[in-house]
Amino acid sequence: MSERVIAYRDAIKEAMDEEMARDERVYLMGEEVAEYNGAYKASKGLLDKYGPKRVIDTPIAELGFAGVAVGSAMNGLRPIVEFMTWNFALLAIDQVVNAAAKMLSMSGGQVGCPIVFRGPSGSAGQLAAQHSQTFENWYANVPGLKVISPSNPYDAKALLKAAIRDDDPVVFMESEQMYGDKGEVPEGEILLPIGKAHMARQGKDVTIVSFNKMMKVAHAAADELAKEHIDAEVIDLRTIRPLDYPTIVESVKKTNRLVVVDESWPYGSIASEIAFQVQKHGFDYLDAPVKRVNGADVPMPYAANLIEAYLPNPARVVQAAKAALYRL
Amino acid sequence: MAKKAFSKADYLYWFELMLLMRRFEERAGQLYGTKIRGFCHLYIGQEAVVAGMMSAMGPNDKVITAYRDHGHALGMGISPGAVMAELYGKITGCTKGKGGSMHLFDKEKRFLGGHGIVGAQIPLGAGIAFAEKYQGTDNVCLCFMGDGAVRQGALHETFNIAMTWKLPVVFIIENNMYAMGTSVARTSNVTDLHRLGQAYDMPNQAVDGMKVESVHQAIADACNRARTEQIPTLLEIKTYRYKGHSMSDPAKYRTREEVEEYRRIDPIEQVRATILDKGYANQATLDDIETKVLAQVDESVQFAEDSPYPPDSELYTDVYMQADYPYLQD
Repeated sequence: MSERVIAYRDAIKEAMDEEMARDERVYLMGEEVAEYNGAYKASKGLLDKYGPKRVIDTPIAELGFAGVAVGSAMNGLRPIVEFMTWNFALLAIDQVVNAAAKMLSMSGGQVGCPIVFRGPSGSAGQLAAQHSQTFENWYANVPGLKVISPSNPYDAKALLKAAIRDDDPVVFMESEQMYGDKGEVPEGEILLPIGKAHMARQGKDVTIVSFNKMMKVAHAAADELAKEHIDAEVIDLRTIRPLDYPTIVESVKKTNRLVVVDESWPYGSIASEIAFQVQKHGFDYLDAPVKRVNGADVPMPYAANLIEAYLPNPARVVQAAKAALYRL
Repeated sequence: MAKKAFSKADYLYWFELMLLMRRFEERAGQLYGTKIRGFCHLYIGQEAVVAGMMSAMGPNDKVITAYRDHGHALGMGISPGAVMAELYGKITGCTKGKGGSMHLFDKEKRFLGGHGIVGAQIPLGAGIAFAEKYQGTDNVCLCFMGDGAVRQGALHETFNIAMTWKLPVVFIIENNMYAMGTSVARTSNVTDLHRLGQAYDMPNQAVDGMKVESVHQAIADACNRARTEQIPTLLEIKTYRYKGHSMSDPAKYRTREEVEEYRRIDPIEQVRATILDKGYANQATLDDIETKVLAQVDESVQFAEDSPYPPDSELYTDVYMQADYPYLQD
């Protein structure tokens, strides 16, 4: 039987649908999630299936509805909060960082907070400065949170299901530009473990680590490098916190060179953290400094050519890999 | 609801509970700087609010408040020893020495915390009520805040949501007239705080917070409305804190005369006078209660003194529910 192919947005919807069917305590709230079927149609049909008690449209009040969801998680429910994009979630970050992440600790282990905050992040066409950001590193800095950032429909479904079942608060970063991407997702139950990276491509010359939409850039760069007989290994992080650095270090022990591709601003980025972990755990195996290819350290502009100059692309990754190989 | 006729038992319960809060905090204040550190926000003067809440609320209702939470914790039945040990930072504290003064919790006793970000507990309280409604109970959440919190956006977002979704929550402003050092009048043109409910068609009422009977009646009515009609209420309970905002506050923003004026209508003394006036008990009985309360406070201090600090290994517990979460230690 050939594998079924579905879009990323449908993978997200299936994960929520299956987990809502499995557990009465799971519900979805957010702006436009119910009657509008989701700003990106990631909740299409859920209102019809589960009704307004469990699929809830909110006013535009991110701080308020995120806090209501956290309060409900403190009291027995398992909410999924959709932020229309992670840019808007900054209004709610107090409830994510000060409430959800810390509740278990400051209650001395009494009050957990099983909640998923999800929505799209990252650049998405010419949307300019306030609609084009990635925040994985912001939330990954916070003990108490788990952070997941899947790169394809299969991972999106399997990891979102795991996130909804997880007893800790999970920040789940999707991608505006990938909701239409199609991929093989088998019918029925699939789960992936949180905190495990995926070896997406085997190679021996240089390791390229990335996540979310930038995995496309990583793969494209590996294809380009192959034309020049450079055999790149590609790792998809899948989970950002906890970070599966042992998988990265094992790869570096083989390739001795590392390039990290990360859409976020470079300062204090996931790329920076990976560079630290690899020098700590694999210093003797490195034959070149770790390279990172990040978004530019500026607010995202509007003009198409400036966006092109801002974002990581295959050419920049190829350049970085060759620099790590001293083959420029 | 009809006005309740209060009984001898009501008054004696209130007297003992209010006296416990008062004496406990007076001792905590004395121990501050030597045995107790960090932030410590005393509740002295406001005791009628918690006392009235305790007699008015239902047996399964839940409570959440901000960081001036010692009174709420004691009222909800957390033992004085567990509260004092928490102020000491001991492992026997109600949050194992991890929460401290501002984050007292006891899930079993339906007290869902002490929260430290002004106003951030308001949506949490609505969420606790949301979960009760979702699960089909008739329980109510009583959500407390200070007068400073009402200027936060979180309040307005939550009021709108709570009314639109008909959540069984009672919002209670403990208006002690000062947000730290800033008087209510300096924070807004709207100084009758209960009127903020009007913007959301939320039933609202001002309440004399120095009279425990008034507090009881208002909270009982509001709980009844939440329980039977699932309509939130905003109560503005006008109260007063005799002490500074926290231990480091000399309270120079108000006059000595103002504090004295409130001490003359002290909520505990009003209850004492009613008890004696109505012959519910004589002075000797009240003295016995005082002796008993002081002994409880002494025991709580001894318990805290005798308890160990959390072992260093506790640093890495209670961060995640996942027992084998990796890499917490760098």
